[in-house]
Amino acid sequence: MDGGREVKGIEVQAKELLDEYLHSGHGACPGCAMPVVLRTLFHALGEKTIAVITAGCFGTISGTYPVSPIKIPAYNTPFPSAGAAGSGIRAALDAKGDTETTVVAVAGDGGTFDIGIQAISAAAERNDDYIFLCYDNEAYMNTGIQRSSATPWGAWTTTTPPSELKAQPKKDIVQIMAAHHVPYVATTSVAYPDDFIRKIRKAKETRGFKFIYTFSPCPVGWRFPSEITIRLARLAVQTKVFPLYEVEDGERYALSVEPEGTPVSEYLKPQGRFNFLREGDMERIQENVDREWERLMRRF
Amino acid sequence: MKKLLTGNSAISLGVMLCRAEVISAYPITPQTTIVEELSEIVADGRLKAKFIRVESEHSAMACVAAASAAGARVFTASSSHGLAYMHEMLHWTSGTRLPVVMVNANRSIGSPWNIWCDHSDSLSQRDTGWVQFYCQSAQEALDTVIQAFKIAEEVLLPVMVLEDGFFLSHTSEVVDVPEQKAVDAFLPPFKPRFKLSPEEPHTFNIMADPSMFINFKHEAQQAMNQAKKVIARVDREFKTHFGRGYGYTGNVRMTDADVVLLTMGTAASTALEVIDAFRKQGKKVGLCRLRMFRPFPSEEVGRLLGKVKKVAVLDRDNSLGAGGIVAQELKAALYGAVKKPRIFEFIAGLGGRDITPQDIGEIFNYAMSHSDSNGVPVWMGVAK
Repeated sequence: MDGGREVKGIEVQAKELLDEYLHSGHGACPGCAMPVVLRTLFHALGEKTIAVITAGCFGTISGTYPVSPIKIPAYNTPFPSAGAAGSGIRAALDAKGDTETTVVAVAGDGGTFDIGIQAISAAAERNDDYIFLCYDNEAYMNTGIQRSSATPWGAWTTTTPPSELKAQPKKDIVQIMAAHHVPYVATTSVAYPDDFIRKIRKAKETRGFKFIYTFSPCPVGWRFPSEITIRLARLAVQTKVFPLYEVEDGERYALSVEPEGTPVSEYLKPQGRFNFLREGDMERIQENVDREWERLMRRF
Repeated sequence: MKKLLTGNSAISLGVMLCRAEVISAYPITPQTTIVEELSEIVADGRLKAKFIRVESEHSAMACVAAASAAGARVFTASSSHGLAYMHEMLHWTSGTRLPVVMVNANRSIGSPWNIWCDHSDSLSQRDTGWVQFYCQSAQEALDTVIQAFKIAEEVLLPVMVLEDGFFLSHTSEVVDVPEQKAVDAFLPPFKPRFKLSPEEPHTFNIMADPSMFINFKHEAQQAMNQAKKVIARVDREFKTHFGRGYGYTGNVRMTDADVVLLTMGTAASTALEVIDAFRKQGKKVGLCRLRMFRPFPSEEVGRLLGKVKKVAVLDRDNSLGAGGIVAQELKAALYGAVKKPRIFEFIAGLGGRDITPQDIGEIFNYAMSHSDSNGVPVWMGVAK
């Protein structure tokens, strides 16, 4: 529990997000982090923005015809193609002489880590001038909690049942994208909105390909009460499970938030998906988090 | 200006003359030289366009579709496995009602590997909601690209222009390349009714529930019905501007023919030689070359062939378990006709095998010497 703890650096209050581009009528589950992700993202980008949506939770959140909760122009594209659609819209705008409008493609971990990675890698390699934002809820939540390559080791999903929990660590997507040596890669969290907004604005001002990786706790899939979404997001940062940092040009690393090093068990215990861990698994996860942290710190 | 051009080169110049604004493609034989030439055309400034060299055909179509939704005139080209890889995006593009124009150089689909011509790649995409034109010459391919943009942008459906791989894509002929001014007069800039724009935000391709989904499909069907009229009108306008027109079908010596060969693509050129030779011997044979496959010109074909005694359908494709696809479509179109010809079905030229004058002569002779077909396609050139 960190509810009573003062958290440094949070200056933005939800009510201050006056530039609203996500409205009521969206299809997010109660407690889903995505409405906060989208409000923060669109607030930081402003109205001169075109969004690409693909299959996944955002596809469902974005409403049902003839109603749309999104106040900026948005284009849905099939699952593997968010990376390519972002490039296409950017090219069309450039061809028309519009260099002012920002293009942001938004995809989940499935649409980024798995089925979408080919097109994203290609857009990054071409250094096409748009922002790709991955919201990671660590499984195929929209289809009902199936494991993806972003699912952490030891987690239950509907395709990794208790007798066969996810036996692999998650793919390191930030390092993969940073290895493309794109101008800007950053991780963000809904628990740190000022940092989130700053990074989105920095991405908007940076020319070339930008990859934003944001953590999106899912009460339904992770099996936690819907009121602790933001607390879990903060715990993920403070336990070093989800470090907040930036990478410029694939080589200049900067840490955004110094974690307190809270034990990982505090982050894992509220989540039902980790209820099937066996004796020693908590320690194993802690060791893995520490090892990954050290590996990351060597890059700073 | 008259130039000696391959089919692929003629198409590239056609795309340049249409002032495409975003081009995206992935290499595949035998389409590759189109995007090579377009890369040069864009690089040397003859065409002001963005050329996106994607990592796959799926991305090529996703990229141009999104660019089209953002208001740009777009083009891509593919072939065979590349077209198959686009399959999901082909549906998506017509579903979004985007006026994308694509050239597909017809090539078989493996396995086994084969890089040569047949029509199985594009015919297996017949239900994806694209207009399809099968061309006979490099001139027709260039002209059809110009027509395609005009048709697509009016009816808001994507258009696929087909050319036979190698037989048309890589052989040279004299092509009359229109002047830029003439093309500009024929094809005004693309002005979409709806596009992705911060000034007027819309969400494209949002979820349509079961109460609405069928309406989208019905509207697309109506657009496809309308396309038939638009295609005929655009062809007439094209003839006024450029002196060349093509129609839904190309008909040669059909009025008094006892046997009409119906086929698509370059085999029609070979058939013309055979028809001349047969006519000299007093044998009444003719040709109906199907140029427009989608929308399928059922009424027109019914009217044209209703008076004919026998039609030999030459399919450069085969649907396993059902037979030649063009023959199936033709039989369906003629089902309601008062007078019906006898249909003889032939499968030939798969995987680039030559369809020789001898083959076509055999087809005519077979149809002339048989009073009826047994409904089973005759396979030409299968090694015994």
